[in-house]
Amino acid sequence: MKQMWRRFQSSYLLYSFKRDRIAMVSLAVLVVLLLVGIAAPLISPYDPYDPGNIDIMNSEIPPAWMEEGDGAFLLGTDIQGRDLLSTMIHGLRLSIIIGCGAVVLQAFLGIVIGLLSGYLGGKTDAILMRIADIQLSFPYLMVAIFISAIFQVAFGIGRYEELAVPLLVVIIGLAEWPVYARTVRASVMGEKNKEYVEAARVIGLSRTIIMVRHILPNALTAVMVISTIQVANAVMSEAALSFLGLGMPVTRPSLGSLIRSGFEYIFSGSWWITMFPGVLLVLFVLVINLLGDWLRDVLNPKLYKG
Amino acid sequence: MFAFIIRRITQAILVMLVISFVGFTIKNKIGDPVRDLVGERVTPAEREALRDTLGLNDPFVIQYMRFVKNAAKGDLGLSFFHKRPALAVILSKAPATMELVFGAALILVFVSMPVGVYCAIRPRSWLSRFTMAFSTLGVSIPVFLTAIVLIYIFSVELNWLPSYGRGQTVNIGGWWETGLLTRDGLIHLILPSFSLASIMMPLFIRLIRSEMMEVLETEYIKFAWAKGLRRGRIWLVHAFKNTLLPVITVFGVQIGIMFAFTILTETVFQWQGMGFMFLEAVERSDTSLLVAYLVVVGVIFVVVNTVVDIIYGLVNPTIRIAGRT
Repeated sequence: MKQMWRRFQSSYLLYSFKRDRIAMVSLAVLVVLLLVGIAAPLISPYDPYDPGNIDIMNSEIPPAWMEEGDGAFLLGTDIQGRDLLSTMIHGLRLSIIIGCGAVVLQAFLGIVIGLLSGYLGGKTDAILMRIADIQLSFPYLMVAIFISAIFQVAFGIGRYEELAVPLLVVIIGLAEWPVYARTVRASVMGEKNKEYVEAARVIGLSRTIIMVRHILPNALTAVMVISTIQVANAVMSEAALSFLGLGMPVTRPSLGSLIRSGFEYIFSGSWWITMFPGVLLVLFVLVINLLGDWLRDVLNPKLYKG
Repeated sequence: MFAFIIRRITQAILVMLVISFVGFTIKNKIGDPVRDLVGERVTPAEREALRDTLGLNDPFVIQYMRFVKNAAKGDLGLSFFHKRPALAVILSKAPATMELVFGAALILVFVSMPVGVYCAIRPRSWLSRFTMAFSTLGVSIPVFLTAIVLIYIFSVELNWLPSYGRGQTVNIGGWWETGLLTRDGLIHLILPSFSLASIMMPLFIRLIRSEMMEVLETEYIKFAWAKGLRRGRIWLVHAFKNTLLPVITVFGVQIGIMFAFTILTETVFQWQGMGFMFLEAVERSDTSLLVAYLVVVGVIFVVVNTVVDIIYGLVNPTIRIAGRT
């Protein structure tokens, strides 16, 4: 453990991190946002899911610093009278859970398919990559919208809303796995003819062990680089789906569904219901993107160009 | 070359079969054509008889063949809600979406080109730095948020531009409802197409800038300077013209992606296009219309991709060979 820490301390990764102010600030903001999301039930002033806390008389109160604001609700309240700050914190938590869940799923699918396709080659490779090609010829957002529309019609709106979190993870995971499969396949193709793989094959190790223990670790750098960008993408997709009404229901809003629910009321001047969740969403995605850019430049300048 | 075209078209047909299969499975497992036809108030016995005459009790494969045959003829079933052929419903909504994409593409071209060129010529000026920083931010802003902010500023606060609908439209040729010919229609187009263009704007400005900067480093530009040509001529005629090819390539691909984002933009602006119709179909569980939309969008993408690939093949022979593994 101590040795690993020392290795990390003298690594190029840490060196370039210390020299890049944008990366440092981004990481700090990201850590704060993640902590807030994880500790949401402890931090948020009210519990937005508890009907006992909601009073319809409190609806559409502007932020505390405005004239009609109420000190009890720092950022004002939404249309159902929930404290906006608490609802946003819980929404951030949902966005984080869905975003990370979706990336774990797509990384898993993509790594398994990419390994199989790259290592086995031949027919398996042709079929799997054809499927990935077909899916990649459509924009991933379109695919996600289609899958969620189908799920919603198949499950019925009530069931869909109950299962929204796992369903969204599956939807976004299914919509974006080809990116991983392509990347992993490319690195596997580069690795599989190297001598260490041949050596492993000569000792008589099984295919699975060679793939998972020997080749996979060497493909992980690329996976790490795309993972950051993919988390940002997944969070954006979730927000887009929720905004279209194909994602989280208004009773358990994510940031996207909060923006959707507030949208109708900007015409009556209640801008805060939409703008605060919007700013939080943009901030969250922005810091991930900035970190992703930095990581890409440091680890692998050739990947992901354009 | 001929073999390449044939192979590419076979592949396109295969993809279409896959899409139609997915579509048919959805229709078959989720939708209920009997309900689509007669509604809920029919006895089970009548329902069963109707199922028989419609051939809904046939084996899955036979029904699928029938679906494909009808689809090839342009018959994608009836929309449950609109009580009209699904394809007709989609086609009647298509002009709105096309005009939106067209408007966005125009804005994209006329904003990103000058800005991109400026950022390449004067990379150190504060305006360029500001644009580059802003473009990173721009990638992180979801399109519906841009749209909402635009509505809030220009419709709610300033009251300059309308916030929803297409405004006054004119009918051309019997089926194309256009908003491009009336002043009202054009005013309604401004905000939606700006927000749609905003998704691609950062990417394009960056792309044009980096391509242009690369070209400005080349020998022939140096030679042009040495010859003492005017600045404007070097920048626009010599450098800019040569940055266009990669830009046009990317533009072709991105138009398709823009098409996906019309669903979001149309929702915000209640723009009566295909995306708006699609979401309504989902809300009403109008399975036939949903499947028809899936098939139509599938056809559009497959045709565009195939044509682009074939053109690439014509222009760049290495692609033809690389594909032949």
